[in-house]
Amino acid sequence: MNHEKKRKLESLMALAFSTLAAVFGLFWLVFILSDVLIHGIGALTPSLFLNDPSPAGVPGGGLRNAFVGQLLITFIATMIGIPIGILGGTFLAEYARGTKIARVISILADIMVSVPSIVIGTFIYAIMVRPWGHFSGWAGAVALAVIMIPVVMRTTEDMLSLVPWTMREAAFALGAPYYKVIVQVVYRGAAAGIFTGILLSIARVAGETAPLLFTSFNNAYYSANMKGPVSSLTVTIFQYAMGPYDDWHAQAWAASFMITLFVLVLTILGRIFIKWRYQ
Amino acid sequence: MNKIIIAISAALIALSASAAGAEEIINGAGASFPAPVYQAWAYQYNKTTGAKLNYQSIGSGGGQRQITEKTLDFGASDDPLKPEKLKHDNLLQFPAVIGGVVPIVNIKGIKDGQLKLDSGALCKIFLGEITSWDDDRVKNLNPGMFIPHTSVTVIYRSDGSGTTAIFTNYLSETCPGWKSRVGAGKAVKFPAGIGGKGNEGVANYVKRTQNTIGYVEFAYAKQNKLVSAQLKNRAGNFVAPGFDTFAQAAESGDFDPKKDFYTWLINTAGKGAWPIAGATFILLAKDQKDANMKTVKFFDWAFTNGDAPAKNLAYLPLPESLKDKVRAYWKANGLR
Amino acid sequence: MPIIQKRDPADFIFSVVTAIASLTVIVLIIGIFTVLVRESSLSIRTFGVIKFLTSTDWNPVTNSFGAATTIYGTFVTTFLALLIAIPVAIGIAIFVTEIAPNFLKSPIGIAIELLAAIPSIIYGMWGLFTLAPLMAKYVEPALQKSIGKLPLLGILFQGTPMGIDLFTASVILSIMIIPFTASISRDSFNLTPSVVKESAYAIGATQWEVVKNVVLPYSKLGVFGGIALSLGRALGETMAVAFVLGNNHQITTSLYDAAATITVSLANEFTEADTDLYLSSLFYLALVLFVMSFIILAIAKFFLLKAEKRYSR
Repeated sequence: MNHEKKRKLESLMALAFSTLAAVFGLFWLVFILSDVLIHGIGALTPSLFLNDPSPAGVPGGGLRNAFVGQLLITFIATMIGIPIGILGGTFLAEYARGTKIARVISILADIMVSVPSIVIGTFIYAIMVRPWGHFSGWAGAVALAVIMIPVVMRTTEDMLSLVPWTMREAAFALGAPYYKVIVQVVYRGAAAGIFTGILLSIARVAGETAPLLFTSFNNAYYSANMKGPVSSLTVTIFQYAMGPYDDWHAQAWAASFMITLFVLVLTILGRIFIKWRYQ
Repeated sequence: MNKIIIAISAALIALSASAAGAEEIINGAGASFPAPVYQAWAYQYNKTTGAKLNYQSIGSGGGQRQITEKTLDFGASDDPLKPEKLKHDNLLQFPAVIGGVVPIVNIKGIKDGQLKLDSGALCKIFLGEITSWDDDRVKNLNPGMFIPHTSVTVIYRSDGSGTTAIFTNYLSETCPGWKSRVGAGKAVKFPAGIGGKGNEGVANYVKRTQNTIGYVEFAYAKQNKLVSAQLKNRAGNFVAPGFDTFAQAAESGDFDPKKDFYTWLINTAGKGAWPIAGATFILLAKDQKDANMKTVKFFDWAFTNGDAPAKNLAYLPLPESLKDKVRAYWKANGLR
Repeated sequence: MPIIQKRDPADFIFSVVTAIASLTVIVLIIGIFTVLVRESSLSIRTFGVIKFLTSTDWNPVTNSFGAATTIYGTFVTTFLALLIAIPVAIGIAIFVTEIAPNFLKSPIGIAIELLAAIPSIIYGMWGLFTLAPLMAKYVEPALQKSIGKLPLLGILFQGTPMGIDLFTASVILSIMIIPFTASISRDSFNLTPSVVKESAYAIGATQWEVVKNVVLPYSKLGVFGGIALSLGRALGETMAVAFVLGNNHQITTSLYDAAATITVSLANEFTEADTDLYLSSLFYLALVLFVMSFIILAIAKFFLLKAEKRYSR
């Protein structure tokens, strides 16, 4: 085979491998999602949402407490994490734009985004659970908020930076103080992007298990009391999947399906929203 | 959009606030050994009195740790604490129910109660010295039974477990090799195998993987229709796990309230005694007076009304004389 | 623009409030480090640094603890996961930028990112119920019969294929971390100026040669950044691995054996550590993990920043 043909063959093989790689990646995605779908849909019954867990081995139990608990914890985490994240991102993109301190905080925030979430769980255990003497939904919510803050901060900073400086100049020219410029001009311009950042951060923490293991712990009963242990969907999935009972497994699949659906819908919504707005 | 957020926030905060004062809930955690019966009792208790008992199965080690740190109302442990440790950590201890640890296997063709093992074989399997199921040391105990030539996989507890404590105490007592190489305790360094979390985890792994052997509390074997093995007891008889053999093991138990009921029910002398039985205990922090009164109330109810569900799950309720001793212990500590 | 506005009182308040909000990041990082050090101080005093990091003991009975087994497990799973994920991720990036027709570029990009969005506990469940049995029944025995017979590599495939082992855990981890390298690589590839690529085509290079000799060297920094990010994520994964790793604190040569990682040990043993030294040693493990991930993520960020600087020239 002459040299030129060899090069062409090499190119073909490399590109074939790349195509295979893409198929490989997509294959796993489809495999996992359809597995969750098949196993989960089968176990979706009204009792799953309406009943609380029954003792091991007794049929008919549901996960009402876990659904409510998960919503409660995620919601409170959002209430804590989003404002701090947005305000922090505002500082980085506006008042401190271009300064060294902004660079440092921005880099640190990027690192924090990928810090192991279980380490954050141990941190919150040490500062909230142990001193207070009990596991609590608040501790779980704070742990999730700690994960959310850097994510929201960075997306806010990026989105605010995309707003052209000329827009701010126009507002300054009209005599507006900076905070008014930010709130009424910049936030408006970046609203879609910030909103997407919020959606993605919620999607991120809604599926977290590790930080809740030693903070909000778990609760066999329906409890909206954030001062005590609160059950969550993710920790319950962990518990049920590790157990031997078949109906636990079925419920775990159904719960997995619900969480996956929630997270994927948020993620896709966020991406579509961004594309539509910035196209 | 804003209005929606405000509305949802208000609703959830109201929900939270209303729930804050109204909850009558006892939080306990610990041993997975008695979890099925505690949860069954809690279910009944809630139906009759409305009070809630939230019991999380995290292992005896967890029960001991969390009650010492007072992050719970009560801890549960099948690994009894010695009176000195109880005094040091300011804890109270009493037994709640009695059960048994059984070896479970998953070998093709072998059904529940068929396989016979003795302490020697069990010990060597868990030490990793018997690596094939049709090893002579196993075959000789089971003449005439067909055992496939497959590798043994051991499943043990990866968490701090009272069930492990009972099991390893048995192995240590009956097998000098085990005692010197591994020892006894809630979490030991098992020489071979795979770790599962909780009795639930071990049962799960054995159930779904072939050629495995594990050890669980009997209720888990029964509830999940797992295959258990017979054991040769001290008297030389092969016994199957069950209510009667547990009862015979319990007969020789010396539960002394002055020693906070510290007792092991291992390798007892009875003719038909199950060799790996044990009581499971409740730990209370002396300082938590309110929580303790509520917990004691629950267990008092369980002593009076919980015998039938316990027997259903193959746990042995405490003999009446022992229940009375426990009630006297409560009274002596101002909890009744 | 001065950082803290001094003229308008409302502006002053707003600038201070936002400043404080952004400082939470610094406070958190310092806080986490400080708290972890404080909680592990008992263990640090008892075992020291070198001894703890190299000791293979993890014995709650004798109260002797060391990080070597869990560090080993963490490294093996991460290394193997990267070994599988990096070629696949770069392949995906090449496919999306060079081969895929325009209308497919976006959907495939989103699909790969969805892999990253799936919560790790879902990976764990799927791994336990679907992948592990498949591994035990088909894949692992097949590998044992083929590669397992080779002299050196064969050591990796000894033992009974249970499906609950280092191998399955690494495979699941690799699937999880593909998206990070893939999307950053894709973005880096797209930044290669077409002028340079076209020049290469003009002198007769094949498509692969353009990728290998022009695009890849140009995007080196970005790709390294993406790899480091995947590495950082793999180090910290807990739930995806917890179900299928087997929780055995040991250093083993076979991928078919159970092992333990720092994250999985924390998840399994944290609430149950009954002695102060045990709990302190677990905090020590958390500290080690925190420091390791921090350093690796900082390196990732360094590469990505350098790439950014280079491309914006």
